[in-house]
Amino acid sequence: MNANTDLREIFFNECEELLEVLSDGIAQMESGEASLDTVNAVFRAVHSIKGGAGAFGLDALVEFAHGFENTLDDMRSGKLETTPRIVELLYMASDRLADLVESARDRQECDPAESKSLLEQLAALSGGPSTMSSPSEPETEVDFAPMTLDFSLDLPDVGGSDGTHEFRFTPSKELYSSGNDPALLFRALSEIGEMNITADTSCVPPLLDHPWDQAFLAWDITLSSEKTQDDILEVFEFVDGMCQIEFKEIPHNPTEGSSRAEEPDPEPETVPQAAEPVQPPAPPVAEGIKPKKTGESSGPNTTIRVDLDRVDRLINLVGELVISEAMLTQSISEVTVPSGSKVETALTTLKQLSSEIQERVMAIRAQPIKFLFQRMSRIVRESSQATSKQARLTTEGEMTEVDKTVIERLADPLTHMIRNAVDHGLEKPEKRLELGKPEKGEIILSAAHRSGRVVIELKDDGAGINRPKVKALAISKGLIPSDLEMSDTEIDNLLFLPGFSTADAVSNLSGRGVGMDVVRSEIQSLGGRVSIQSTPGHGTTVTISLPLTLAVLEGMVVQVAGETLVVPTTALRETIRGRSATIHQMGSGDKVLAMRGELIPIVDLGERLGFRSTPQDLDKLVFLLVESDADKRTAIAVDRVVDQREVVIKGLEANYGRIDGVAAATILGDGRIALIVDTDQLAAPGPSRSSAPMFT
Amino acid sequence: MSEAAEKIDSSQREIVTFRIADQDYCIDIGLVREIRGWTPTTVLPQSPTYIKGVMNLRGTVLPVVDLAQRLGLGETEPDARHVIIIAHLGSRTVGLLVEAVSDITSVPQSELKPTPDVASIDAKAFVEGVFTIDDHLIRVIDLKHILPHEEGDRE
Repeated sequence: MNANTDLREIFFNECEELLEVLSDGIAQMESGEASLDTVNAVFRAVHSIKGGAGAFGLDALVEFAHGFENTLDDMRSGKLETTPRIVELLYMASDRLADLVESARDRQECDPAESKSLLEQLAALSGGPSTMSSPSEPETEVDFAPMTLDFSLDLPDVGGSDGTHEFRFTPSKELYSSGNDPALLFRALSEIGEMNITADTSCVPPLLDHPWDQAFLAWDITLSSEKTQDDILEVFEFVDGMCQIEFKEIPHNPTEGSSRAEEPDPEPETVPQAAEPVQPPAPPVAEGIKPKKTGESSGPNTTIRVDLDRVDRLINLVGELVISEAMLTQSISEVTVPSGSKVETALTTLKQLSSEIQERVMAIRAQPIKFLFQRMSRIVRESSQATSKQARLTTEGEMTEVDKTVIERLADPLTHMIRNAVDHGLEKPEKRLELGKPEKGEIILSAAHRSGRVVIELKDDGAGINRPKVKALAISKGLIPSDLEMSDTEIDNLLFLPGFSTADAVSNLSGRGVGMDVVRSEIQSLGGRVSIQSTPGHGTTVTISLPLTLAVLEGMVVQVAGETLVVPTTALRETIRGRSATIHQMGSGDKVLAMRGELIPIVDLGERLGFRSTPQDLDKLVFLLVESDADKRTAIAVDRVVDQREVVIKGLEANYGRIDGVAAATILGDGRIALIVDTDQLAAPGPSRSSAPMFT
Repeated sequence: MSEAAEKIDSSQREIVTFRIADQDYCIDIGLVREIRGWTPTTVLPQSPTYIKGVMNLRGTVLPVVDLAQRLGLGETEPDARHVIIIAHLGSRTVGLLVEAVSDITSVPQSELKPTPDVASIDAKAFVEGVFTIDDHLIRVIDLKHILPHEEGDRE
């Protein structure tokens, strides 16, 4: 039972990777860079999914993959040209395949109608002249139970330039158990040339002694074709290692084998593909298959699958290690150790080691953002279809590595953002032409590492934010007073206000700003920031900036009212001594810091967090100048800056809950807990980080 | 033999008894992860007064609840003699600040009596019932309601 669920799990993990290969391949086809290898890779991916699905009895998946595979097969054999129409269908089919995989994983039913119509469209494509490959032909539905496929096309041996290949195909049991079907292979062979095939049932034991899980059948195949042996072997590429193929030399056509550099041996060849020989193998070993291929199948696997839980436990332990090391350092500094002593050297080494371990362990969790971006190309396709607009997604920096959790939790916000970009950012094709823009809208999704953070940008070349409309809407919804003067940036930021997004917003579809408040809060919960820039007529850019890891953070250790707190340095711009600063009183109690012609609001950290109520003499304090999103600056007043160091982030939410103004906690060298402040929340008074309170 | 039989007997309740403000309380032993001496906590801003702050339990950050204050018995001024009971609360772990742990014992479930009406509203909300052992009244604490309510709902 358990083993079975484990296998299922592995299968679905594999499916994920295979789907990635699939969409990579299709993207290559679309850009016209596809080689035969690409088509093969795509075919193999679909085929492997089908094979696995067969083993788990996922019929809907098998059926669809089968039809998909037929089309790809036709492309492989050159019967189908890669046209935009086909690429589009392939995309749809791969999306559908992903859906089916997902519903199979969740053990849900999937509406078969969609599969059916897609399959029909695919079949229509390949409804070419060859009856053998047409999926609608009934005789292709052959069972793979012991059978004889006799294409009795008794050809006279070879005419003209046709080469004749005679070989024996002996599948091992692995071939069957992985869901492959010899009949499909034969069909593929029959497209290469005229084929004569005879099943050899001589090894099949009497039924009573028949071990059910063994393979006994072999086929003798005579194929007349101009194609080389390599081409024939290519047909068997997907069952590489699961069968034996034994070529016999045809006497009157000796040039066939020896004309190729890789095959100097005209002797009967055995391609050593079988892990477990079913028939006594013929001895000579020849390189019938390109060395690269055999290397692929038998070479050592360089990756392993590890349960995420194990990695996380390791990460936690390393976090403990770092804390213990800090505690050790602190306690050693308290006793007098002569400088240059061995203790000091050993401690330095320990420090280096532990920080390297930490870095390496974090790297395990990091993954290229590519997979997420690929999913987004689907969103672009779907939403452009739904809105009858044309859009192309270009991705940049997709190898940028980001923490796995971040990647997972980014999927929803990014989906929202892309839908918005297509729905409201891009104009209709006619409108675009009118404006002198290309008909197809451009959406650029990029990722990059920038000064210790991951920056993800979504750029469209659409109409930009319709500011008057946005403002009017916000006023009509009562989010801002009607007479408020606002800068462009402030208006753009209205999109992030909760309650802004509704169906009757800017467009009649769903409104720019759909879920933008959700996007913001989700990004913020990841410790990130999101901002929006827009140029009317030229498009909108949404920028997300995220911490590299969710586990460690560089922070300033400060003291406020006897409490030790940590201010993340990511937002920190500079520190200013209180007595050298120019402070102005604004209204009743609010104070601002005047600096280089700018007035910066001051937040007394102790007061803000409720540690003290009496106003402090600001002269004695230190100001930490932090910058939040939308370039808003705030001066956070603290009593004293103690240290700057890397701290391990410990969540408060698991055991307690969210606290306004506090992002998380950490453990200091003395084993005590220090809270990590959330500078963005501090900058905005009130429980929700929105620009609304500024205006009310 | 008889001991083993007792353990699987669902009618018996294994409890940890402790003292808060000179009164006896208890919780089920299954909820207790460990018992530790008092160490200073880190104050949480904007937290209810009965949250003493957060403590570090081998790398886990957990809130410490001043049970006396939570039950309306006045604030505890903790010192080294005070004890923190680390308890499981659904998926969460919390520390319960108490005066002292008295005993671990087993009582029949049938002995559980409803909380007398005379108890204060605070006390009633957190007390599931009472046991009487050797003339001592032992109040059974219902941990579900100990933490702020909204968080308690989010399990």
